[in-house]
Amino acid sequence: MRCSVGVTMKLEDALEMICQTHPGMVRSHNEDSVACESACGLVVLADGMGGYNAGEVASGITVSVVTTEVSQSLQNVNPTQLDEETGDEYGVLLLRDNIQRANASIYYAAQSQPQYAGMGTTVVAGLFYDNRVAVAHVGDSRLYRLRGESLEALTRDHSLLREQIDSGMISIEDARLSKNKNLVTRAVGIDAKVDTEIHVHNVQVGDVYLFCSDGLNDMVEDEDIQSTVYAMQGNLPLAMEQLIQMANDNGGRDNVSVILVKIKGRFASQGNWLARMLNLFKK
Amino acid sequence: MAAKLILSMNGAVLKEYPLNKERMTIGRKAHNDIVIDNLAVSGEHAAVVTIMHDSFLEDLDSTNGLEVNGVPTKKHFLQNNDVIEIGKHKLKYINDQITQTTSADFERTMVMRGSPVGKPPAAKAGTMKTQASGVEELVEKTGSFDASGSAAKPAAVKPAAQGEAGKAAVVQILTGANAGKELELVKNLTTLGKPGLQVAVLTRRPNGFFITHVEGAKFPLVNGKELTNQAYQLKDHDVIELAGIKMEFYFKG
Repeated sequence: MRCSVGVTMKLEDALEMICQTHPGMVRSHNEDSVACESACGLVVLADGMGGYNAGEVASGITVSVVTTEVSQSLQNVNPTQLDEETGDEYGVLLLRDNIQRANASIYYAAQSQPQYAGMGTTVVAGLFYDNRVAVAHVGDSRLYRLRGESLEALTRDHSLLREQIDSGMISIEDARLSKNKNLVTRAVGIDAKVDTEIHVHNVQVGDVYLFCSDGLNDMVEDEDIQSTVYAMQGNLPLAMEQLIQMANDNGGRDNVSVILVKIKGRFASQGNWLARMLNLFKK
Repeated sequence: MAAKLILSMNGAVLKEYPLNKERMTIGRKAHNDIVIDNLAVSGEHAAVVTIMHDSFLEDLDSTNGLEVNGVPTKKHFLQNNDVIEIGKHKLKYINDQITQTTSADFERTMVMRGSPVGKPPAAKAGTMKTQASGVEELVEKTGSFDASGSAAKPAAVKPAAQGEAGKAAVVQILTGANAGKELELVKNLTTLGKPGLQVAVLTRRPNGFFITHVEGAKFPLVNGKELTNQAYQLKDHDVIELAGIKMEFYFKG
């Protein structure tokens, strides 16, 4: 099962990824959208907002634009390659550019049609390459990482509540009771430009990554999320089902979406490997 | 019926394309949803984004541009019978369905427009004031946000213990080195076994306690019967056998 260190696997063999979305127990329709593309190591989750059916439209556009465009581009570029202009890796650039592209589509649609005015969406996307993951997020959809026994949030919500916690106005305990849980300070599609936060993290064999909409973390305590992902890491489909079930058992007041990615082996980039070999020869 | 585009050249219809995807691309290259194999057409020329019953056309920075009803355009909200011209090709947009409107579903998650793009998310000192004004702005914009907040949005609360899950339950180990030990099921999820080897979990749900096989070569037995992939609802005095260890589940009190 375990792959020894140093041996590089194909991306789709090195990663096990699954995703699911559920409307929850209260809402009639699902405004969340999810996708995972195991062949290119990409996952995208979006939680839409806006009256009428605009929320699911906004999240749907974002997920489809980011998945199609990024997977398309990855056929031609190596994510570890550096962009000469910005100095960023293409892996980072592809996420940023395509979230911006989705932003433009939603913004334009919202501008031209009154019933879509103000529609927008959160997004959290992960691109796995070269033993790393580039994580892009806007809004309050999250990424958690289980490493060993500890579960850690790798994203920081762009929400009023998070700002209040960070500035010390409100304690984490009081935050549970806040009425402002649903106020995000950034979203895709509400302005002409979107400010996407992107960080790159190293991954380790055995890590489990959990991407989720607030329908999970608002309904289920972090402690229960941790114990579920930890106990069920050997059976991801069951873990996913259990997480969604817990959110629904606790009231399921929101749509709940879950993506789980387990690192089964190392996946150094082919291009990088080649470059390293070439460097060896140069010496 | 989905809206559609009808591709034609010199008055001859070539093909019909239902707009059944949220975003369809038009271009010369084969990966486009609508492929027009003509050198006047850019590799990726344009895209049509369809939202419920509405479709929006956008030029993807094509070399030769496009026209809608004879007017060069970059972006256009398509109307029934619009004609898109790309070089010598025409695409007629047909959308004759009746628009349906459902009652507005009042929204939950909202965007606070207080933070301009580019500003770091965690404003430090003096945030109270800016945030307060942010909320006011939001109130003005939506007109529906109750700043005083009442109980309209309860925070995440565990459901009140009720039914079987309300009762305290215990697993008592019957055999092996730890025979006699009691494990009180106080958490929502209790793990039996060791991750990577043999794991079953006991979950507390509103309607009772369940055991589920997670991983490992052998499924646990309950009253001598092997579990399936399904969660099994535990009854008072059920005997669980996992990795050779027997234990009894029972409700306390």
